[in-house]
Amino acid sequence: MKTTLLTAVGLVMATAAAADTDVLTVYAPDYFGSEWGPGPAIEAAFEAQCGCDLQYQTGDVLPRLLLEGERTEADVVIGLNTDVTKRARESGLLGTHGVDLSPLTLPIDWTDDTFVPFNYSHVAFVYDNTKLDGFDSFEDLLNAPDDLRVVIQDPRSSISGLALALWMKAVYGDETEEAWARLAPKIVTVTQGWSESYGLFTDGEADVVLSYTSSPAYHIIAEEDLSKSAAIFDEGHYFFVELAAKIAGTDQPELAEDFLAFILTEEFQTLIPTTNWSFPVALPADQWPEGFQSLPQPDKALFYSEDEAAALKDEAIEAWRAALSR
Amino acid sequence: MARGALPLIAAFVVAGLVIGPVAAVLWRGGGFTALSPADLDALRFTVWQAIWSAAISVALAVPVARALARRSFPGRSALISVMGAPFILPVIVAVLGLLAVFGGNGVLNLLLAPLGVPKLDIYGAHGVILAHVFFNLPLAVRLILQGWLAIPSERFRVAASLGAPVFRLLEWPMLRRIVPGAFAVIFVICLGSFAVALTLGGGPRATTVELAIYQAFKFDFDLGKAASLAVVQLVLGLGAGAVALLLARGDMLGAGLDRVVQRWDGSRLLDALWIGAAALFLLAPLSAILLAGLPGLDDLPASIWPAALRSLAISLGAVVLTTALALPLATRAGEAASLLGISVSGLVLGTGLFVIAQPFVRPSSIALPVTLLVNVLMALPFVLRILRPGVEAVQTDFARLSASLGLSGWALWRIVYLPRLRRPMGFAAGLTGALAMGDLGVITLFSRPGEGTLPLAMYRLMGAYQMQAAYGAALLLVTLSLAVFWVFDRGGRVDADAG
Repeated sequence: MKTTLLTAVGLVMATAAAADTDVLTVYAPDYFGSEWGPGPAIEAAFEAQCGCDLQYQTGDVLPRLLLEGERTEADVVIGLNTDVTKRARESGLLGTHGVDLSPLTLPIDWTDDTFVPFNYSHVAFVYDNTKLDGFDSFEDLLNAPDDLRVVIQDPRSSISGLALALWMKAVYGDETEEAWARLAPKIVTVTQGWSESYGLFTDGEADVVLSYTSSPAYHIIAEEDLSKSAAIFDEGHYFFVELAAKIAGTDQPELAEDFLAFILTEEFQTLIPTTNWSFPVALPADQWPEGFQSLPQPDKALFYSEDEAAALKDEAIEAWRAALSR
Repeated sequence: MARGALPLIAAFVVAGLVIGPVAAVLWRGGGFTALSPADLDALRFTVWQAIWSAAISVALAVPVARALARRSFPGRSALISVMGAPFILPVIVAVLGLLAVFGGNGVLNLLLAPLGVPKLDIYGAHGVILAHVFFNLPLAVRLILQGWLAIPSERFRVAASLGAPVFRLLEWPMLRRIVPGAFAVIFVICLGSFAVALTLGGGPRATTVELAIYQAFKFDFDLGKAASLAVVQLVLGLGAGAVALLLARGDMLGAGLDRVVQRWDGSRLLDALWIGAAALFLLAPLSAILLAGLPGLDDLPASIWPAALRSLAISLGAVVLTTALALPLATRAGEAASLLGISVSGLVLGTGLFVIAQPFVRPSSIALPVTLLVNVLMALPFVLRILRPGVEAVQTDFARLSASLGLSGWALWRIVYLPRLRRPMGFAAGLTGALAMGDLGVITLFSRPGEGTLPLAMYRLMGAYQMQAAYGAALLLVTLSLAVFWVFDRGGRVDADAG
């Protein structure tokens, strides 16, 4: 009885407190909301200016949103990527953002009215420069001796693995399966996600790991270790951008729009490099941390729009599957 | 309540808790979806590797269990405890340990290189099976060892004094009763393999049904497909359970005086070799995990401790709930129903519970209870496999005596069952607690940032480039899991080993 009463009092007080401040619910990937991700600093910065309470719900953003449909608790979703956004857009659950996109400093044009980018990188192969000379092109990597040990992610379970499949498709077109067949003998294994691959690489199980052009910055800044490099390929690199969007049926439309606009401010963008370990989307390169400025950038960004990516996805995965199953 | 009703109700509850969520996902996905040729390939590989993994685990477990059953040496019971550890390791941690031994730069390759042996390559179907044997050999050994210890020692004494064939008369009937069930449980565990198959499988040839479910759910959001594949898993699991029940016929041995086995047969050297080989195979990767984790202990963030406490709470909650459900379920039908729980993808179970709960509560507010529930469902089959032979033996052996004394209800449990089931109950509780501790499970579906469990914290560290701290967290996790396991398992064996 006593506990029931206490709970009831607690509930009433919690409701009263909630009534004072508006709550903005943001669905985010698990890494984003964790104490090592960008989430906490962004939450503090936004709450300081909005007088609201920003709450993350972390997990698999898109499946959860689609599962909940119209009844979703989310006001904003963050952390989607162009290779899967078609599905999100077609659900009709997302609204237009109304944010001025002119501050963007992306290497590609971005004019979408639903999704606001918040960080980007390029998919790349990372290696230890004290042990390998590196690779100038995809051809260079494919021609490397077969005892080179490469670890990649599964395009069926990992977003970076899918990005590699699309990257291969963009470079090799109809000959993608052949290219995969040349890479296959060097692939030690294929992991479920990025973390497992990167762990194998840092443990010395692999010489080369599929990661991002921005990955060496972590080692340079957090560990003062200069031995990790991303190989920059002549053919160009697949562009990997992460996005945020507003839920059309949100009960906090103004807060949601404020948050999306906040994404492109300097305050938000300066938090990205050393918490998300990727490049900010609206910050000139001379304002990046030194470890990021020194990273070599690809000359060419290869990029499929969400429609192209959705159309090519099955074909790109099948080329991978067929070649590696031989 | 009638005596027969409780087990039936418990079986229905368990079956409902599994079938309900699958049906919910199916309903939300708009019905069944046809399986593609790639799905069928995955199904074929899944069944194939599960059969091999279970067969090898059980085949190796028989001589190891026999050696452990008939030899006593200092540290025997500690060795049995620690050898159980691989079964309760989180997958990714176990893979790390295996790679440190069998990987490209692993100890084995370093030792073999000077001998001119070509580099061993762990990646491929054989790597998947190796990992599965590593995980499941401990379970198989323990299940079969229990069978050996359940043979009344008087029988061995009589057999020895008469010069009768011990194997044919005593051991073979016991094995016929125990081995099919052990095989079925391990087969069903391996059906659900996902991360092991992916990391060590070397590529898409080693695709499992579970991966196809993951893909259908996370990438394609094809719930119909996910549910269809889950139904395939259900059918396979039930099939395995049915076959095991059919095969596991065998006569009970009759009552003994409840004493520890003493034996006079068998080769000491051979037994020592079996025990040594199994210990090396199971403990070398564990040592690698220990070494990798030690430097990371310093890097652990403060938030790791609340996460560890949450994991501990889930673990203890799972022990209580599972034991409460398991006792009435310790019947043939109950064990078959419980196999449903591990047959089905945790992802589908979690999603189904989400679909069911969503109209009533915020899913994130029940993340921990749902994690607990799924853990209970997953642990039940092992627990029942461990408890049922004991419960049945007590029924056969003491039914007449209890009836003549007029014992029933709680008194019957307290005086007859519990003292005799202490050993299996302790083992089962330890296993449940440790498994729940290490389960990443459905919490990834809908957690709030501040509410992670220890395994989730470990994955978050890995995802944030903090590999060293992640290995430290892994070590902490393994230590806590083992501690939970040890406390319950020892608790169940206090006094039991005397004499």
